[in-house]
Amino acid sequence: MFGRRSELPLKGDATSKFLPWLVALMVYLSAVAVAAVFVLNGLIDRWDRDVAGTLTVQVMPVPGESGDALTEERVRQAVELIRRTHGVEAVRALDKRQITALLEPWLGSADVVKDLPLPRLIDVSVDPGVRLDLGLLAERLGKAVPGVSLDDHRVWLSRLINLSRTTGWVAIAIVVLIGCVTSATVIYATRTGMAVNRGIIEVLHLIGARDDYIARQFADRAFALGFAGGVLGLALAVPTLTMIGWAARRVEGGFLPQLTVSLPGWVVVALLPLAAALLAMLTARLTVHGTLARMP
Amino acid sequence: MRHRPRGEHIIRFDGVGLRYGLGPEVLQDINFALPSGSFHFLTGASGAGKSSLLRLMYLGLRPSRGRVMLFDKDIALTKRYELPALRRRIGVVFQDFRLLDHLSALDNVALPLRVRGVRESEVHKHVPELLGWVGLAEHLNARPSTLSGGQKQRVAIARAVIGRPDLLLADEPTGNVDDHIAMRLLYLFEELNKLGTTVVIATHNEHLVGRFAHHSRLHLEHGTVRQGS
Repeated sequence: MFGRRSELPLKGDATSKFLPWLVALMVYLSAVAVAAVFVLNGLIDRWDRDVAGTLTVQVMPVPGESGDALTEERVRQAVELIRRTHGVEAVRALDKRQITALLEPWLGSADVVKDLPLPRLIDVSVDPGVRLDLGLLAERLGKAVPGVSLDDHRVWLSRLINLSRTTGWVAIAIVVLIGCVTSATVIYATRTGMAVNRGIIEVLHLIGARDDYIARQFADRAFALGFAGGVLGLALAVPTLTMIGWAARRVEGGFLPQLTVSLPGWVVVALLPLAAALLAMLTARLTVHGTLARMP
Repeated sequence: MRHRPRGEHIIRFDGVGLRYGLGPEVLQDINFALPSGSFHFLTGASGAGKSSLLRLMYLGLRPSRGRVMLFDKDIALTKRYELPALRRRIGVVFQDFRLLDHLSALDNVALPLRVRGVRESEVHKHVPELLGWVGLAEHLNARPSTLSGGQKQRVAIARAVIGRPDLLLADEPTGNVDDHIAMRLLYLFEELNKLGTTVVIATHNEHLVGRFAHHSRLHLEHGTVRQGS
Protein backbone atom coordinates (compact mmCIF):
# COMPACT_ATOMS: atom_id res chain seq x y z
CA MET A 1 0.00 0.00 0.00
CA PHE A 2 2.74 2.45 0.98
CA GLY A 3 4.96 1.52 -1.97
CA ARG A 4 2.38 2.35 -4.60
CA ARG A 5 3.17 5.05 -7.11
CA SER A 6 1.55 8.42 -6.56
CA GLU A 7 1.42 11.24 -9.07
CA LEU A 8 0.00 13.65 -6.52
CA PRO A 9 2.62 15.49 -4.43
CA LEU A 10 0.86 14.85 -1.13
CA LYS A 11 3.93 14.17 0.99
CA GLY A 12 4.83 17.74 1.72
CA ASP A 13 1.37 19.25 2.07
CA ALA A 14 0.02 20.90 5.19
CA THR A 15 -2.10 17.86 6.01
CA SER A 16 1.04 15.86 6.74
CA LYS A 17 1.89 18.26 9.52
CA PHE A 18 -1.33 18.34 11.55
CA LEU A 19 -3.25 15.15 10.74
CA PRO A 20 -0.93 12.69 12.58
CA TRP A 21 -1.00 14.85 15.72
CA LEU A 22 -4.76 15.08 15.62
CA VAL A 23 -5.18 11.35 15.07
CA ALA A 24 -2.67 10.76 17.90
CA LEU A 25 -4.87 12.79 20.26
CA MET A 26 -8.01 10.99 19.07
CA VAL A 27 -6.46 7.55 19.51
CA TYR A 28 -5.18 8.57 22.94
CA LEU A 29 -8.67 9.63 24.07
CA SER A 30 -10.25 6.57 22.47
CA ALA A 31 -7.76 4.28 24.20
CA VAL A 32 -8.65 5.78 27.58
CA ALA A 33 -12.39 5.48 26.82
CA VAL A 34 -12.09 1.91 25.52
CA ALA A 35 -10.01 0.94 28.54
CA ALA A 36 -12.70 2.46 30.78
CA VAL A 37 -15.34 0.31 29.08
CA PHE A 38 -13.32 -2.85 29.67
CA VAL A 39 -12.53 -1.91 33.28
CA LEU A 40 -16.23 -1.33 33.96
CA ASN A 41 -17.23 -4.59 32.31
CA GLY A 42 -14.61 -6.36 34.40
CA LEU A 43 -15.98 -4.72 37.53
CA ILE A 44 -19.54 -5.72 36.74
CA ASP A 45 -18.51 -9.31 36.10
CA ARG A 46 -16.53 -9.42 39.34
CA TRP A 47 -19.35 -7.96 41.43
CA ASP A 48 -21.80 -10.32 39.85
CA ARG A 49 -19.53 -13.28 40.52
CA ASP A 50 -18.78 -12.21 44.08
CA VAL A 51 -22.37 -11.80 45.19
CA ALA A 52 -23.92 -14.61 43.16
CA GLY A 53 -25.08 -17.37 45.49
CA THR A 54 -25.03 -15.24 48.61
CA LEU A 55 -27.72 -13.64 50.72
CA THR A 56 -27.62 -11.39 53.71
CA VAL A 57 -30.29 -11.52 56.38
CA GLN A 58 -30.56 -8.57 58.69
CA VAL A 59 -32.02 -8.78 62.20
CA MET A 60 -32.89 -5.42 63.73
CA PRO A 61 -31.70 -4.92 67.35
CA VAL A 62 -34.34 -5.03 70.07
CA PRO A 63 -34.20 -1.97 72.35
CA GLY A 64 -34.30 -2.14 76.09
CA GLU A 65 -32.35 -3.74 78.89
CA SER A 66 -32.89 -7.31 77.72
CA GLY A 67 -32.60 -6.24 74.07
CA ASP A 68 -29.28 -8.00 73.45
CA ALA A 69 -30.60 -11.34 74.64
CA LEU A 70 -33.80 -10.97 72.64
CA THR A 71 -31.85 -9.98 69.54
CA GLU A 72 -29.57 -12.99 70.04
CA GLU A 73 -32.63 -15.26 70.31
CA ARG A 74 -34.07 -13.83 67.09
CA VAL A 75 -30.78 -14.40 65.29
CA ARG A 76 -30.73 -18.00 66.48
CA GLN A 77 -34.35 -18.57 65.27
CA ALA A 78 -33.58 -17.04 61.91
CA VAL A 79 -30.44 -19.15 61.49
CA GLU A 80 -32.42 -22.30 62.31
CA LEU A 81 -35.15 -21.47 59.83
CA ILE A 82 -32.71 -20.62 57.05
CA ARG A 83 -30.63 -23.73 57.66
CA ARG A 84 -33.75 -25.90 57.16
CA THR A 85 -34.45 -24.27 53.79
CA HIS A 86 -33.69 -26.40 50.73
CA GLY A 87 -30.76 -25.08 48.71
CA VAL A 88 -28.96 -23.34 51.54
CA GLU A 89 -25.36 -24.52 51.80
CA ALA A 90 -24.07 -22.57 54.78
CA VAL A 91 -25.36 -20.07 57.34
CA ARG A 92 -23.12 -17.90 59.45
CA ALA A 93 -24.29 -15.28 61.92
CA LEU A 94 -21.80 -12.46 62.33
CA ASP A 95 -21.19 -11.50 65.93
CA LYS A 96 -21.05 -7.90 67.12
CA ARG A 97 -17.24 -7.81 66.96
CA GLN A 98 -17.22 -8.87 63.32
CA ILE A 99 -19.86 -6.28 62.40
CA THR A 100 -17.89 -3.58 64.18
CA ALA A 101 -14.78 -4.60 62.24
CA LEU A 102 -16.72 -4.31 58.97
CA LEU A 103 -17.78 -0.77 59.79
CA GLU A 104 -14.42 0.38 61.03
CA PRO A 105 -13.11 1.65 57.68
CA TRP A 106 -16.08 4.05 57.46
CA LEU A 107 -16.96 4.93 61.04
CA GLY A 108 -13.61 4.77 62.76
CA SER A 109 -12.46 2.82 65.84
CA ALA A 110 -14.52 0.05 67.42
CA ASP A 111 -15.00 2.13 70.59
CA VAL A 112 -17.15 4.61 68.70
CA VAL A 113 -19.45 2.06 67.09
CA LYS A 114 -19.75 -0.55 69.79
CA ASP A 115 -22.59 1.30 71.55
CA LEU A 116 -24.57 1.93 68.39
CA PRO A 117 -27.77 -0.14 67.88
CA LEU A 118 -26.35 -2.09 64.95
CA PRO A 119 -28.43 -4.72 63.16
CA ARG A 120 -27.08 -8.26 63.28
CA LEU A 121 -26.14 -9.84 59.99
CA ILE A 122 -26.47 -13.45 58.86
CA ASP A 123 -24.38 -14.45 55.87
CA VAL A 124 -26.06 -17.19 53.80
CA SER A 125 -24.44 -19.24 51.02
CA VAL A 126 -26.85 -20.70 48.51
CA ASP A 127 -26.27 -23.60 46.10
CA PRO A 128 -26.02 -21.86 42.69
CA GLY A 129 -27.74 -24.86 41.08
CA VAL A 130 -30.89 -24.46 43.17
CA ARG A 131 -33.46 -21.84 42.32
CA LEU A 132 -34.33 -20.48 45.75
CA ASP A 133 -37.74 -18.83 46.22
CA LEU A 134 -36.52 -15.68 47.94
CA GLY A 135 -40.00 -14.24 48.24
CA LEU A 136 -41.23 -17.30 50.15
CA LEU A 137 -38.15 -17.34 52.39
CA ALA A 138 -38.62 -13.66 53.20
CA GLU A 139 -42.28 -14.28 54.04
CA ARG A 140 -41.48 -17.23 56.32
CA LEU A 141 -38.73 -15.29 58.05
CA GLY A 142 -41.01 -12.29 58.51
CA LYS A 143 -43.72 -14.43 60.13
CA ALA A 144 -41.38 -16.44 62.35
CA VAL A 145 -38.96 -13.76 63.49
CA PRO A 146 -39.94 -10.10 64.01
CA GLY A 147 -37.61 -7.38 62.69
CA VAL A 148 -35.98 -9.53 60.03
CA SER A 149 -35.27 -8.47 56.46
CA LEU A 150 -33.63 -10.31 53.58
CA ASP A 151 -31.19 -8.75 51.13
CA ASP A 152 -30.12 -10.79 48.15
CA HIS A 153 -27.76 -8.00 46.97
CA ARG A 154 -29.39 -7.90 43.58
CA VAL A 155 -31.22 -4.64 44.17
CA TRP A 156 -28.17 -2.56 44.98
CA LEU A 157 -26.04 -4.56 42.58
CA SER A 158 -28.43 -3.99 39.69
CA ARG A 159 -28.32 -0.25 40.38
CA LEU A 160 -24.55 -0.37 40.42
CA ILE A 161 -24.48 -2.44 37.25
CA ASN A 162 -26.89 0.00 35.57
CA LEU A 163 -24.66 2.88 36.54
CA SER A 164 -21.62 1.04 35.22
CA ARG A 165 -23.38 0.10 31.99
CA THR A 166 -24.54 3.69 31.45
CA THR A 167 -20.98 4.88 32.00
CA GLY A 168 -19.83 2.22 29.54
CA TRP A 169 -22.28 3.43 26.90
CA VAL A 170 -21.15 6.99 27.48
CA ALA A 171 -17.57 5.84 26.90
CA ILE A 172 -18.61 4.08 23.68
CA ALA A 173 -20.47 7.23 22.58
CA ILE A 174 -17.28 9.20 23.23
CA VAL A 175 -15.31 6.79 21.02
CA VAL A 176 -17.93 7.15 18.26
CA LEU A 177 -17.82 10.93 18.64
CA ILE A 178 -14.02 10.85 18.40
CA GLY A 179 -14.39 8.77 15.22
CA CYS A 180 -16.77 11.39 13.78
CA VAL A 181 -14.38 14.23 14.63
CA THR A 182 -11.50 12.29 13.04
CA SER A 183 -13.59 11.72 9.90
CA ALA A 184 -14.57 15.38 9.72
CA THR A 185 -10.92 16.38 9.99
CA VAL A 186 -9.90 13.94 7.27
CA ILE A 187 -12.68 15.29 5.04
CA TYR A 188 -11.42 18.82 5.57
CA ALA A 189 -7.79 17.79 4.99
CA THR A 190 -8.68 15.82 1.86
CA ARG A 191 -10.70 18.65 0.39
CA THR A 192 -7.85 21.05 1.09
CA GLY A 193 -5.43 18.64 -0.59
CA MET A 194 -7.73 18.39 -3.58
CA ALA A 195 -8.02 22.15 -3.86
CA VAL A 196 -4.24 22.56 -3.68
CA ASN A 197 -3.69 19.87 -6.32
CA ARG A 198 -6.68 20.76 -8.46
CA GLY A 199 -4.61 21.28 -11.62
CA ILE A 200 -2.91 17.89 -11.32
CA ILE A 201 -6.20 16.15 -10.58
CA GLU A 202 -7.74 17.74 -13.68
CA VAL A 203 -4.88 16.50 -15.85
CA LEU A 204 -5.18 12.98 -14.45
CA HIS A 205 -8.94 13.13 -14.94
CA LEU A 206 -8.64 14.32 -18.55
CA ILE A 207 -6.10 11.72 -19.59
CA GLY A 208 -8.48 9.01 -18.47
CA ALA A 209 -7.64 8.26 -14.84
CA ARG A 210 -10.57 6.62 -13.12
CA ASP A 211 -11.88 8.33 -9.99
CA ASP A 212 -10.59 5.49 -7.86
CA TYR A 213 -7.08 5.92 -9.27
CA ILE A 214 -7.03 9.45 -7.85
CA ALA A 215 -8.97 8.55 -4.70
CA ARG A 216 -6.55 5.71 -3.95
CA GLN A 217 -3.63 8.15 -3.78
CA PHE A 218 -5.39 10.30 -1.18
CA ALA A 219 -6.56 7.19 0.68
CA ASP A 220 -3.05 5.72 0.86
CA ARG A 221 -1.72 8.98 2.21
CA ALA A 222 -4.52 9.26 4.79
CA PHE A 223 -3.84 5.68 5.90
CA ALA A 224 -0.12 6.35 6.33
CA LEU A 225 -0.71 9.57 8.28
CA GLY A 226 -3.53 8.03 10.33
CA PHE A 227 -1.43 5.01 11.24
CA ALA A 228 1.57 7.10 12.21
CA GLY A 229 -0.64 9.31 14.39
CA GLY A 230 -2.40 6.28 15.82
CA VAL A 231 0.85 4.62 16.87
CA LEU A 232 1.93 7.85 18.54
CA GLY A 233 -1.41 8.10 20.37
CA LEU A 234 -1.11 4.50 21.50
CA ALA A 235 2.44 5.09 22.70
CA LEU A 236 1.11 7.92 24.88
CA ALA A 237 -1.97 6.00 26.06
CA VAL A 238 -0.19 2.86 27.30
CA PRO A 239 1.82 4.66 30.03
CA THR A 240 -1.29 6.61 31.04
CA LEU A 241 -3.38 3.48 31.46
CA THR A 242 -0.56 1.72 33.27
CA MET A 243 -0.23 4.66 35.65
CA ILE A 244 -3.99 4.75 36.34
CA GLY A 245 -3.92 1.01 37.09
CA TRP A 246 -0.91 1.44 39.36
CA ALA A 247 -2.54 4.36 41.21
CA ALA A 248 -5.79 2.38 41.63
CA ARG A 249 -3.91 -0.57 43.08
CA ARG A 250 -2.29 1.70 45.64
CA VAL A 251 -5.64 2.90 47.04
CA GLU A 252 -7.24 -0.52 46.80
CA GLY A 253 -7.12 -1.89 50.37
CA GLY A 254 -10.51 -3.53 49.95
CA PHE A 255 -12.19 -0.19 49.33
CA LEU A 256 -11.75 0.06 45.54
CA PRO A 257 -12.13 -3.08 43.48
CA GLN A 258 -9.16 -3.97 41.28
CA LEU A 259 -9.11 -1.64 38.25
CA THR A 260 -7.38 -3.56 35.48
CA VAL A 261 -7.84 -3.76 31.72
CA SER A 262 -8.40 -7.33 30.60
CA LEU A 263 -6.37 -8.95 27.80
CA PRO A 264 -9.18 -8.47 25.22
CA GLY A 265 -9.23 -4.82 26.32
CA TRP A 266 -5.53 -4.44 25.60
CA VAL A 267 -6.01 -6.13 22.22
CA VAL A 268 -8.76 -3.65 21.30
CA VAL A 269 -6.61 -0.73 22.49
CA ALA A 270 -3.68 -2.06 20.43
CA LEU A 271 -5.91 -2.21 17.34
CA LEU A 272 -6.98 1.42 17.66
CA PRO A 273 -4.17 2.83 15.44
CA LEU A 274 -5.16 0.43 12.68
CA ALA A 275 -8.83 1.33 13.13
CA ALA A 276 -7.98 5.05 12.98
CA ALA A 277 -5.88 4.52 9.84
CA LEU A 278 -8.64 2.53 8.15
CA LEU A 279 -11.22 5.16 9.11
CA ALA A 280 -8.99 7.91 7.66
CA MET A 281 -8.41 5.90 4.49
CA LEU A 282 -12.10 5.17 3.94
CA THR A 283 -13.10 8.75 4.67
CA ALA A 284 -10.49 10.15 2.27
CA ARG A 285 -11.54 7.75 -0.46
CA LEU A 286 -15.23 8.60 -0.13
CA THR A 287 -14.46 12.33 0.02
CA VAL A 288 -12.44 12.21 -3.20
CA HIS A 289 -15.11 10.18 -4.96
CA GLY A 290 -17.77 12.65 -3.83
CA THR A 291 -15.77 15.63 -5.06
CA LEU A 292 -14.75 14.07 -8.38
CA ALA A 293 -18.36 13.16 -9.09
CA ARG A 294 -18.96 16.88 -9.63
CA MET A 295 -16.36 17.05 -12.42
CA PRO A 296 -17.57 16.72 -16.02
CA MET B 1 -5.33 2.21 -30.57
CA ARG B 2 -8.45 0.62 -31.99
CA HIS B 3 -8.74 0.20 -35.75
CA ARG B 4 -11.71 2.08 -37.07
CA PRO B 5 -12.75 2.04 -40.71
CA ARG B 6 -11.79 5.34 -42.30
CA GLY B 7 -14.77 7.52 -43.04
CA GLU B 8 -16.83 6.51 -39.99
CA HIS B 9 -17.49 9.57 -37.82
CA ILE B 10 -15.31 9.64 -34.77
CA ILE B 11 -16.89 12.79 -33.37
CA ARG B 12 -20.09 14.57 -34.21
CA PHE B 13 -21.63 17.81 -32.89
CA ASP B 14 -25.35 18.45 -33.48
CA GLY B 15 -26.71 21.86 -32.54
CA VAL B 16 -24.20 22.25 -29.73
CA GLY B 17 -24.17 25.43 -27.70
CA LEU B 18 -21.95 26.39 -24.79
CA ARG B 19 -22.24 29.07 -22.18
CA TYR B 20 -20.20 29.58 -19.04
CA GLY B 21 -22.51 30.00 -16.06
CA LEU B 22 -25.23 32.49 -16.83
CA GLY B 23 -23.16 34.34 -19.43
CA PRO B 24 -23.87 34.56 -23.14
CA GLU B 25 -23.32 31.58 -25.43
CA VAL B 26 -19.72 31.46 -26.57
CA LEU B 27 -20.51 28.69 -29.02
CA GLN B 28 -23.82 28.52 -30.86
CA ASP B 29 -25.36 25.82 -33.03
CA ILE B 30 -22.14 23.98 -33.68
CA ASN B 31 -22.69 21.29 -36.29
CA PHE B 32 -19.90 19.18 -37.75
CA ALA B 33 -18.74 15.61 -38.03
CA LEU B 34 -15.17 14.40 -38.32
CA PRO B 35 -14.53 11.15 -40.15
CA SER B 36 -12.20 8.67 -38.57
CA GLY B 37 -8.64 9.09 -39.75
CA SER B 38 -9.10 12.66 -40.94
CA PHE B 39 -6.82 15.63 -40.26
CA HIS B 40 -8.18 19.10 -39.50
CA PHE B 41 -6.96 22.52 -38.57
CA LEU B 42 -9.27 24.41 -36.23
CA THR B 43 -8.80 28.06 -37.05
CA GLY B 44 -10.29 31.31 -35.92
CA ALA B 45 -9.30 34.58 -34.37
CA SER B 46 -8.15 34.78 -30.76
CA GLY B 47 -11.20 34.50 -28.50
CA ALA B 48 -13.29 32.85 -31.21
CA GLY B 49 -13.81 29.80 -28.96
CA LYS B 50 -11.23 27.35 -30.33
CA SER B 51 -10.12 26.24 -26.87
CA SER B 52 -13.74 25.93 -25.68
CA LEU B 53 -14.58 23.78 -28.67
CA LEU B 54 -11.56 21.58 -28.00
CA ARG B 55 -12.58 21.29 -24.33
CA LEU B 56 -15.98 20.04 -25.43
CA MET B 57 -14.25 17.53 -27.69
CA TYR B 58 -11.96 16.15 -24.97
CA LEU B 59 -14.81 16.03 -22.44
CA GLY B 60 -13.40 18.80 -20.29
CA LEU B 61 -16.77 20.54 -20.53
CA ARG B 62 -20.36 19.52 -21.06
CA PRO B 63 -22.39 21.44 -23.66
CA SER B 64 -25.23 23.69 -22.53
CA ARG B 65 -27.36 22.28 -25.30
CA GLY B 66 -27.19 20.01 -28.31
CA ARG B 67 -25.68 16.57 -28.69
CA VAL B 68 -22.06 15.44 -28.72
CA MET B 69 -21.39 12.01 -30.18
CA LEU B 70 -17.91 10.62 -29.46
CA PHE B 71 -16.84 7.20 -30.71
CA ASP B 72 -20.50 6.51 -31.53
CA LYS B 73 -21.59 7.28 -27.98
CA ASP B 74 -23.93 10.08 -27.00
CA ILE B 75 -21.97 11.73 -24.19
CA ALA B 76 -25.11 12.91 -22.41
CA LEU B 77 -26.29 9.31 -22.15
CA THR B 78 -22.93 7.77 -21.30
CA LYS B 79 -22.48 6.53 -17.75
CA ARG B 80 -19.87 8.36 -15.70
CA TYR B 81 -17.78 5.22 -15.17
CA GLU B 82 -17.54 4.76 -18.95
CA LEU B 83 -16.04 8.20 -19.57
CA PRO B 84 -12.42 7.41 -18.55
CA ALA B 85 -12.29 4.70 -21.22
CA LEU B 86 -13.37 7.30 -23.82
CA ARG B 87 -10.86 9.86 -22.53
CA ARG B 88 -8.06 7.31 -22.88
CA ARG B 89 -8.78 7.23 -26.61
CA ILE B 90 -8.15 10.97 -26.82
CA GLY B 91 -4.73 12.60 -26.70
CA VAL B 92 -4.69 16.25 -25.73
CA VAL B 93 -1.95 18.85 -26.11
CA PHE B 94 -3.03 21.70 -23.84
CA GLN B 95 -2.18 25.25 -24.80
CA ASP B 96 -0.52 25.79 -21.40
CA PHE B 97 1.01 22.28 -21.55
CA ARG B 98 -0.33 21.35 -18.09
CA LEU B 99 2.75 19.35 -17.23
CA LEU B 100 3.14 18.20 -13.64
CA ASP B 101 6.05 20.23 -12.28
CA HIS B 102 7.03 17.76 -9.59
CA LEU B 103 7.48 14.92 -12.09
CA SER B 104 10.29 14.35 -14.59
CA ALA B 105 9.72 14.58 -18.33
CA LEU B 106 9.69 10.78 -18.43
CA ASP B 107 7.07 10.51 -15.67
CA ASN B 108 4.92 13.20 -17.30
CA VAL B 109 4.89 11.35 -20.60
CA ALA B 110 4.30 8.04 -18.80
CA LEU B 111 1.10 9.29 -17.13
CA PRO B 112 -1.39 8.06 -19.76
CA LEU B 113 0.23 4.63 -19.70
CA ARG B 114 0.29 4.41 -15.92
CA VAL B 115 -3.36 5.37 -15.47
CA ARG B 116 -4.11 2.47 -17.82
CA GLY B 117 -2.06 0.11 -15.69
CA VAL B 118 0.64 -0.52 -18.33
CA ARG B 119 3.60 -2.47 -16.94
CA GLU B 120 6.65 -0.40 -15.90
CA SER B 121 8.89 -2.41 -18.24
CA GLU B 122 6.71 -1.24 -21.15
CA VAL B 123 6.68 2.31 -19.86
CA HIS B 124 10.47 2.42 -19.66
CA LYS B 125 10.75 0.99 -23.14
CA HIS B 126 8.34 3.29 -25.01
CA VAL B 127 8.60 6.60 -23.19
CA PRO B 128 12.38 7.20 -23.67
CA GLU B 129 11.97 6.15 -27.30
CA LEU B 130 9.29 8.76 -27.92
CA LEU B 131 11.10 11.47 -25.97
CA GLY B 132 14.16 10.72 -28.10
CA TRP B 133 12.02 11.12 -31.21
CA VAL B 134 10.91 14.60 -30.15
CA GLY B 135 14.54 15.52 -29.39
CA LEU B 136 14.49 15.22 -25.62
CA ALA B 137 16.60 12.10 -25.12
CA GLU B 138 18.95 14.10 -22.93
CA HIS B 139 16.17 15.42 -20.75
CA LEU B 140 14.37 12.28 -19.57
CA ASN B 141 14.82 13.12 -15.91
CA ALA B 142 14.51 16.88 -16.22
CA ARG B 143 11.72 18.64 -14.36
CA PRO B 144 9.47 20.84 -16.55
CA SER B 145 10.64 23.94 -14.66
CA THR B 146 14.14 23.41 -16.07
CA LEU B 147 12.95 23.05 -19.67
CA SER B 148 12.42 25.79 -22.25
CA GLY B 149 8.94 26.58 -23.60
CA GLY B 150 9.59 24.56 -26.74
CA GLN B 151 10.89 21.59 -24.78
CA LYS B 152 7.85 21.67 -22.50
CA GLN B 153 5.63 21.71 -25.55
CA ARG B 154 7.34 18.64 -26.94
CA VAL B 155 6.92 16.83 -23.61
CA ALA B 156 3.23 17.75 -23.72
CA ILE B 157 2.94 16.42 -27.27
CA ALA B 158 4.76 13.22 -26.32
CA ARG B 159 2.31 12.76 -23.44
CA ALA B 160 -0.62 13.23 -25.80
CA VAL B 161 0.56 10.69 -28.36
CA ILE B 162 2.21 8.03 -26.15
CA GLY B 163 -1.07 6.12 -25.83
CA ARG B 164 -1.60 6.02 -29.64
CA PRO B 165 -4.95 7.81 -29.32
CA ASP B 166 -7.83 7.49 -31.78
CA LEU B 167 -8.33 11.24 -31.58
CA LEU B 168 -5.57 13.79 -31.07
CA LEU B 169 -6.55 17.32 -30.07
CA ALA B 170 -3.85 19.95 -29.94
CA ASP B 171 -4.34 23.52 -28.81
CA GLU B 172 -1.71 25.74 -30.46
CA PRO B 173 0.91 22.96 -30.35
CA THR B 174 3.47 24.94 -32.34
CA GLY B 175 3.04 28.22 -30.51
CA ASN B 176 6.36 28.11 -28.67
CA VAL B 177 8.66 26.40 -31.15
CA ASP B 178 10.61 27.60 -34.16
CA ASP B 179 9.51 26.74 -37.70
CA HIS B 180 11.87 23.79 -37.96
CA ILE B 181 10.48 22.13 -34.79
CA ALA B 182 6.94 23.12 -35.77
CA MET B 183 7.30 21.32 -39.09
CA ARG B 184 8.82 18.31 -37.35
CA LEU B 185 5.90 18.16 -34.91
CA LEU B 186 3.34 18.45 -37.68
CA TYR B 187 5.06 15.62 -39.53
CA LEU B 188 4.73 13.59 -36.29
CA PHE B 189 1.01 14.38 -36.25
CA GLU B 190 0.78 13.35 -39.92
CA GLU B 191 2.53 10.08 -39.16
CA LEU B 192 0.03 9.39 -36.39
CA ASN B 193 -2.76 10.35 -38.74
CA LYS B 194 -1.50 7.84 -41.31
CA LEU B 195 -1.71 5.20 -38.58
CA GLY B 196 -5.39 6.02 -38.15
CA THR B 197 -5.47 8.78 -35.55
CA THR B 198 -7.93 11.57 -36.22
CA VAL B 199 -6.10 14.85 -35.67
CA VAL B 200 -7.52 18.28 -34.82
CA ILE B 201 -5.03 21.11 -34.39
CA ALA B 202 -6.22 24.47 -33.15
CA THR B 203 -3.98 27.21 -34.49
CA HIS B 204 -4.02 30.78 -35.67
CA ASN B 205 -0.78 30.23 -37.62
CA GLU B 206 -2.10 30.72 -41.17
CA HIS B 207 1.39 30.22 -42.58
CA LEU B 208 1.53 26.73 -41.12
CA VAL B 209 -2.01 25.92 -42.26
CA GLY B 210 -1.04 27.08 -45.74
CA ARG B 211 1.90 24.67 -45.84
CA PHE B 212 -0.43 21.79 -44.99
CA ALA B 213 -3.29 23.02 -47.15
CA HIS B 214 -4.26 19.50 -48.17
CA HIS B 215 -5.88 19.04 -44.77
CA SER B 216 -9.42 20.24 -44.07
CA ARG B 217 -10.23 23.21 -41.95
CA LEU B 218 -12.79 23.96 -39.25
CA HIS B 219 -13.13 27.70 -39.04
CA LEU B 220 -14.71 29.28 -35.98
CA GLU B 221 -16.27 32.68 -36.38
CA HIS B 222 -18.93 34.45 -34.30
CA GLY B 223 -19.45 31.34 -32.19
CA THR B 224 -20.27 29.03 -35.07
CA VAL B 225 -18.10 26.65 -37.05
CA ARG B 226 -17.68 26.41 -40.80
CA GLN B 227 -16.27 23.19 -42.18
CA GLY B 228 -14.26 23.31 -45.39
CA SER B 229 -11.01 22.37 -47.04
